[in-house]
Amino acid sequence: MPVITQEKRTRGISPPPPVLPGGDGGDGGAGDLGGSFPISKGQLGLWILLTAIIMLFAGLSSAYIVLRGLPTWQNIALPSLLWPNTAVLILSSFTFELSKGAVRKNQLQAMKAWLALSGMLGLIFIAGQLAAWRQLVHAGVYLPSTLQSSFFYVLTGLHGLHLLGGIAGLSFVLFKALRNRLTVSNHEPLKLCATYWHVMDALWVYLVLLLLLS
Amino acid sequence: MHETHTAEHAHPQLGFWRKYVFSTDHKIIGIQYMITAMAMAVVGGTLSMLMRYQLAWPSMLSPTMAKIMPDAFAGGVMKPEYYISLVTMHGTIMVFFLFTAVLTGGFGNFLIPLQVGARDMAFPFLNALSYWVFLLSCIVIFSALFVEGGAPLGGWTAYAPLNAIPAAGPGQGTGMTLWITAIALFSVSGLMGGLNYITTILTLRTKGMSMMRLPLTQWSLLVTSVLGLLAFPVLLAAGILLLFDRVGGTSFFVPAGIIMNQVPLTDHSGGHPLLWQHLFWFFGHPEVYIVILPAMGMASDILSTFCRKPIFSYRMMVYSMVAIAALSFIVWGHHMFVSGMNPFLGSVFTLTTLLIAVPSAIKTFNWIGTVWGARIRFTVPALFAIAFVSLFVSGGISGIFLGTSAADIQLQDTYFVVAHFHLVMAIAPLFAAFGGVYYWFPKIFGRSMNMTLGKIHFWVSFIGVYSVFFPMHILGIGGQMRRIYDPTQYDFLKPQQPLNEFITVAAFILGAAQLIFLFNFYWSIFLGKRMTERNPWHATTLEWTVPSPPGHGNFGDELPTVHRWPFDYSVPGEKEDFIPQTVPATVGAKP
Repeated sequence: MPVITQEKRTRGISPPPPVLPGGDGGDGGAGDLGGSFPISKGQLGLWILLTAIIMLFAGLSSAYIVLRGLPTWQNIALPSLLWPNTAVLILSSFTFELSKGAVRKNQLQAMKAWLALSGMLGLIFIAGQLAAWRQLVHAGVYLPSTLQSSFFYVLTGLHGLHLLGGIAGLSFVLFKALRNRLTVSNHEPLKLCATYWHVMDALWVYLVLLLLLS
Repeated sequence: MHETHTAEHAHPQLGFWRKYVFSTDHKIIGIQYMITAMAMAVVGGTLSMLMRYQLAWPSMLSPTMAKIMPDAFAGGVMKPEYYISLVTMHGTIMVFFLFTAVLTGGFGNFLIPLQVGARDMAFPFLNALSYWVFLLSCIVIFSALFVEGGAPLGGWTAYAPLNAIPAAGPGQGTGMTLWITAIALFSVSGLMGGLNYITTILTLRTKGMSMMRLPLTQWSLLVTSVLGLLAFPVLLAAGILLLFDRVGGTSFFVPAGIIMNQVPLTDHSGGHPLLWQHLFWFFGHPEVYIVILPAMGMASDILSTFCRKPIFSYRMMVYSMVAIAALSFIVWGHHMFVSGMNPFLGSVFTLTTLLIAVPSAIKTFNWIGTVWGARIRFTVPALFAIAFVSLFVSGGISGIFLGTSAADIQLQDTYFVVAHFHLVMAIAPLFAAFGGVYYWFPKIFGRSMNMTLGKIHFWVSFIGVYSVFFPMHILGIGGQMRRIYDPTQYDFLKPQQPLNEFITVAAFILGAAQLIFLFNFYWSIFLGKRMTERNPWHATTLEWTVPSPPGHGNFGDELPTVHRWPFDYSVPGEKEDFIPQTVPATVGAKP
């Protein structure tokens, strides 16, 4: 079975498989071998995962918007570290794109370097967020202090957890890259990881805007 | 590619543990889901028997029960808190750990790759992980019955602020925290499963299996998975906020100035309890369709097979499922008509709710159209599928009363609601699942269940469920409250008490009939009649073209090629009254 899985995973990237009588193509359609579903199963799976994550934050956002209308709502002063952290995360998306661009040009060393840098920036962002939490604690703003402070900790904490997932994925891709498993023609894991990373980045910008809404 | 096939044949040398326990084979995972969900059903069913016992004879002393459960039956009579914890656990276990698990986890896993013509799910490892997380969530929810203070009291809907404050009642401490943990684990497991189901159905269909050639079971599983994908994360979001209210001291759902057990709660300020209801029911209403849609799909395919007729209006069946799914996201307010929500908003939710009757009625008419004029083969699965339609109609019609906000003000939180949701989203899917088990059992285990026992099981269950749930409408109109512990404590309910006793006797008989099913199921796995033919029902879909049980990788050297839709029954001019999907098209066949 694992052999089969591997064969499926590479479909659409390696040269098309030889035509077999009886068909082993998948994707239904009127009889062509393969290709009637426009994206690979990895991409589809990733977007399903991202949809779930977006719905999670949509649920939290609706709670935020409802509670913001209550008379008991009190705004907090957002920690100043939020802005450099945001810049670091946006920067990491650019370095990730540079990594993707490098592999397309077959510059494998550059790909590894940019990828590692993106991971470092992600870790710096997480560390920066922990420091931002410390800033809030120093200011006497705790999780239960006000509704907005509760949301601040919960939203940024959950985003951080999802970004840690992204860093885990990135480490896996980097591991593959270091063992020279990623090539110019076959680097789907890198592309998938980049998509996840960018969505986490966009989600962060959205969350900051939501927290500014007051 | 050819090496692949060689590897395929060289493969099945796995040990017992890898083959049957830590397997990544979708068929084994499906069986694991099915058997785990059945065990949970035994737990949930036993709880309901205790509830019925209490409702029929509320003040009868029972020294035996006092010996078995000294805490719950202190002095020989069931404690009110214990009764309420039974309500909570019965609802939670049945909704999540039986219906959601068995229909999508059990049947979904077993059937998706076989019916779309794939060798396994798109992500087999993730699929196995989904099961193990589900099993963990089962263990967590089960353990809530045995912790200090007992199981939670908040009902399966876990309304705030009752469930946001650990001090609110005996089961609201550890028990409720375990409840939230179990539901969170279940959501994650459901996501891993749903991700697989959607990806497999969309990308791994075999050659020729276009979307409009999918069996309705597959369409229903696809639509259900999309619903779960959009609904469960919102429940998870609400659960996370609730957990923070309980352990982190936040006040998302806890309003200011609340007094609980005569003690003012000073450390909470400013949340909104109704927010929980909005978030919960945004998930909760789609959840009932997550349960009913696969049942609809399976019942459609089974009906068509045993009527020896194509399903009436395949396309409308597909479109109505999609319409039901879309509408299910804009009706959640009908669970909150009396919550203090703006009455104007209530009318909007009434409108959207009644709109769902349209696609539901289309499906019902199509089932009737399928059965109409057919020479029905009254096998056990056929009986269960027909009963599914009956129960869906019986339960669905009372939904129109409850969905109308004006009528709901009278009927809400009475046994009328209990009757409605049990018939439409518990018993109807249960019957479809039973039909599915009897229908696919030969394929799953390579043996047949005993059909005489099956018929006894069917008739006792069918008469049993109507005897249990139909009189509940009358109890509800008479004013019996939904979570009442002792109906005899109100004078106006006393004349109805004989009805409560009748329901309880019927429920005990119904419960006993399920033991016949359990015996039949396990006996047949090991000692049932061996299947010699691949296609005992003369059905058309792909799973019937392979050996029973199917081997590793499902199909032989080559994946099948599909040439037609799955409903070519009784095609005029053909020798056989069914044409499998793999038979090449001839002139005059339906595309």
